[in-house]
Amino acid sequence: MNSAVSFFYFLSFLTILSAVMVVVSRNPIHSVLYLILTFFTLSGHYILLNAQFLAAVNIIVYAGAIMVLFLFVIMFLNMKQDQEEAKTNLTKIAATIVGGTVFVILFGAYRKTAIEPFNPQTYDSQIGMIESLGHMLFRDYLLPFELASILLLVAMVGAVLLGKREIGERHF
Amino acid sequence: MDLVEFLVKTVTIVAVFGLTLVIAMYSTWAERKVAGFIQDRSGPNRAGWGGLLQPLADAGKMFFKEDFIPALANKWLFIAGPSLAMLTALLASAVIPFGSTFRIAGHEVALQGVESNIGILYVFGVVALGVYGIMVGGWASNNKFSLLGAIRAASQNISYEVAMGLSLIAILMMSSSLSLGEIVAQQHGMNWNIFYQPLGFIIFITCSFAECNRVPFDLPECETELVGGYHTEYGSMKLGFYLFAEYINMFISSAIISVLYFGGYNYPGMDFVYEQLVKSFGPEVGHNIATLIGTAVFFGKALFFVFFYMWVRWTIPRFRYDQLMNLGWKKLIPLAIFNIIITGAAVLFLKPVITAWLN
Repeated sequence: MNSAVSFFYFLSFLTILSAVMVVVSRNPIHSVLYLILTFFTLSGHYILLNAQFLAAVNIIVYAGAIMVLFLFVIMFLNMKQDQEEAKTNLTKIAATIVGGTVFVILFGAYRKTAIEPFNPQTYDSQIGMIESLGHMLFRDYLLPFELASILLLVAMVGAVLLGKREIGERHF
Repeated sequence: MDLVEFLVKTVTIVAVFGLTLVIAMYSTWAERKVAGFIQDRSGPNRAGWGGLLQPLADAGKMFFKEDFIPALANKWLFIAGPSLAMLTALLASAVIPFGSTFRIAGHEVALQGVESNIGILYVFGVVALGVYGIMVGGWASNNKFSLLGAIRAASQNISYEVAMGLSLIAILMMSSSLSLGEIVAQQHGMNWNIFYQPLGFIIFITCSFAECNRVPFDLPECETELVGGYHTEYGSMKLGFYLFAEYINMFISSAIISVLYFGGYNYPGMDFVYEQLVKSFGPEVGHNIATLIGTAVFFGKALFFVFFYMWVRWTIPRFRYDQLMNLGWKKLIPLAIFNIIITGAAVLFLKPVITAWLN
């Protein structure tokens, strides 16, 4: 087994372990921290695939911004151990069914996916680098890219509108 | 990678690591000296000549104090907080180019931990992670003041990261590369980015003050409102690590500023010095001496900005929290977007005209 493969197995083990810990942790803060660890290991996978830009953006966007906001909200909730029992059986059953369905869908999709065989001679190892990614995005996928940016702009306008204080309204 | 290259890289990384720590250590001394000078008093002057042994005395004191963990604190996260702060502070120096290349036995090795084509994104990612140490520590203390400090730190860092990223985009548009080594190399010959991006520089340095939680943006540890902010419950070396991480962050951000805007290891008259050195010492030794001079210049620039941080700290009073948020969202972000538009227009229309006119 060469070092890249053994490193892949080590990273995969860490990814799955931390993903499981996200679910089984009793403390929500621990869950969030394990989720951050999961994002880091996923970035490790991206680096193994020579997709450095994706790895860095994954860290910046998910670990650096979104998870900070998650942590931010969870810190405001006054989590006590005795509130743990508030979950009814109905919630647990519903959660199990939803989780199981998602798993079945993912597994089915995985079974149906045909993984293209790749040729090591013609394969371009630089395909995940930022230059080729930029060429790809701005040449072949320009319209979807711009549409996505307009979607984000609309979301931003919506957020500003929601956060805007109306005239005469005082909260504190 | 063969042995010589590996050894030079190892020495570079260890030297950068050690230098970062030493500079952070002596920044604490320099901070008090600068404060003393600005406030017309002498500052530390008992331990060693001019108080030079003061950082060691402080470290000794910190290490031998009682290592206290509050009863209701979350023990592991309470320890993880300062560790994360130190970890993220030290990570960023990996991609900073401290000098051009070193020539040993026919090998040319760059004085840089890792030459990566996403250098600046890496730095940005590490900066984004910097807030976790404060948030985790502040929450784990199980103290309302700590929690408020942690939350202030989180919202402040997220808000100023946006403007910082936008001000960086203007630089990236000009250099069309994300690699820090490439950005520095392009600034050769007094082609420093500060002359093209004065507005971007002002936005960037303001945001780096906010990211380092330095005065005038040190709201997370605002002692008039929050006792000690996120480190209220901390004592001994754990507190020391938090304070130390702040000084490391200061040095790293100063280094980044000098890389991005002030040409890194480039200095005026560089080519002339290089030629003279190569003529008198030969291509190998002369090249290495020239590189070392460049590195010294780089550290000079970085240390000037560390001094600038201190200068501002003892000159400007602290902002109020709503002022901080208004500045970040309503002034810096629109300014940064304006800067991007201006830069884009200049790169597209002005640059070809000027190039045609010069030729």
